[in-house]
Amino acid sequence: MLKARIIPCLDVKDGRVVKGVNFVNLRDAGDPVEIAKAYDKAGADELCFLDITATHENRGIIFDVVRRTAEACFMPLTVGGGVRTTDDIRKLLLAGADKVSINTAAVKNRDFVRQGAEKFGSQCIVVAIDAKQVAEGQWQIFTHGGREPTGIDAIAFAGEVVALGAGELLVTSMDRDGTGTGFDIALMRAITDKVRVPVIASGGVGTLDHLVEGVRDGHASAVLAASIFHFGQFTISQAKNHMAERGIPMRLA
Amino acid sequence: MTSVAIIDYGSGNLHSAAKAFERAARGSDTQILVTSDPDKVRQAERIVLPGVGAFRDCHDGLKAVPGMWQTLEDEARRGKPLFGICVGMQLMAARGLEHVETKGFGWIDGDVKVIEPADSTLKIPHMGWNTLDLAKPHRLFDGIALGADGLHAYFVHSYHMALKDEALLIATADYGGKVTAFVARDNIAGSQFHPEKSQALGLALIANFLEWRP
Repeated sequence: MLKARIIPCLDVKDGRVVKGVNFVNLRDAGDPVEIAKAYDKAGADELCFLDITATHENRGIIFDVVRRTAEACFMPLTVGGGVRTTDDIRKLLLAGADKVSINTAAVKNRDFVRQGAEKFGSQCIVVAIDAKQVAEGQWQIFTHGGREPTGIDAIAFAGEVVALGAGELLVTSMDRDGTGTGFDIALMRAITDKVRVPVIASGGVGTLDHLVEGVRDGHASAVLAASIFHFGQFTISQAKNHMAERGIPMRLA
Repeated sequence: MTSVAIIDYGSGNLHSAAKAFERAARGSDTQILVTSDPDKVRQAERIVLPGVGAFRDCHDGLKAVPGMWQTLEDEARRGKPLFGICVGMQLMAARGLEHVETKGFGWIDGDVKVIEPADSTLKIPHMGWNTLDLAKPHRLFDGIALGADGLHAYFVHSYHMALKDEALLIATADYGGKVTAFVARDNIAGSQFHPEKSQALGLALIANFLEWRP
């Protein structure tokens, strides 16, 4: 039976994890490769790196981070942030990423999703949708960390990018992100019910019950979280056991 | 010194596959080569055929490497251990029916077609960790715990191999019905899942392949 996935996400800037993590026995709490190894050992189902490097000169550092991670971790790795061209995709895949997550570039040019899927296969094209509620039952895509409205309906956009070849969607509620108040379940449901591809729920996780809700009520195939794991509030296995006890099929150690 | 040739024909990420084979081969004198040179493939003791993306693209990519398709056919016939991964495994079938009909190597009598879970709410692709059910014992699964309580394998695919000859079916995964997870015949074996991404199960399977004497 296919299991629900837990995906810790690391924000990486200039090759370092922003704010670090709070694990015991980690030599360097800011090194994404060290942290990736710790999550691999802890039983995470996949890993996600979000590269938020701002300067052009440092954009290449992520390739080395991905390469070193792929040498040490035999689990799926998704890398996003600044993926704008098919050459960006190719370089990340060659470095050892299994999937790339496309965000702004897909909003600006939907055909980029088709190009990526045709060249590299749908299985490695994740489209990241950052959405904010604008009215009851309506969500709009926002870019630039939730500051820039685009006027694009998030649910319709989800359908479009899947038709163009996206193999998975990473849906983040910008209203919930960083609040710890739980996923926007209505948003998740609106998208998971519409598309055939797996959806990763993101934004708002503060408790283990939120993870349960994402899968049980939001119908997500995977849940992405950052701070609850990074700062040692919960371990991956606590999260998995909690979800399994509530009837969600999980890959337990 | 023995060597394992991982075929490089421009399909996806070979880095992690190579690293997983290197890890499994650690402590032995086995060399892992990522190569597009048919001579090196002929000299290797074992061959790994990876592949991600669409059947047709992988087929075309492999055919575009001078002499490679023929070399693989020759080496397979000579009895060299050959392991296909994902679309590399699918290419072993007689036909691929993804988008357009494409001829595969035909080593395994079957067609590669879209998976059709009985439960229409199940997502496609079949993506993530699933357990395996053994249809028939095989050397490559020696010492690996399978079944509902066993280890998990990582899958990402929308198509699978529908076999004409069930005797070649080694393992399945349950996804709204049986999905072909592993096939084998003589010196040829193939996994739909990604051993290089499947942590403990994957590394154990690769280690078994490195010692396999079919």
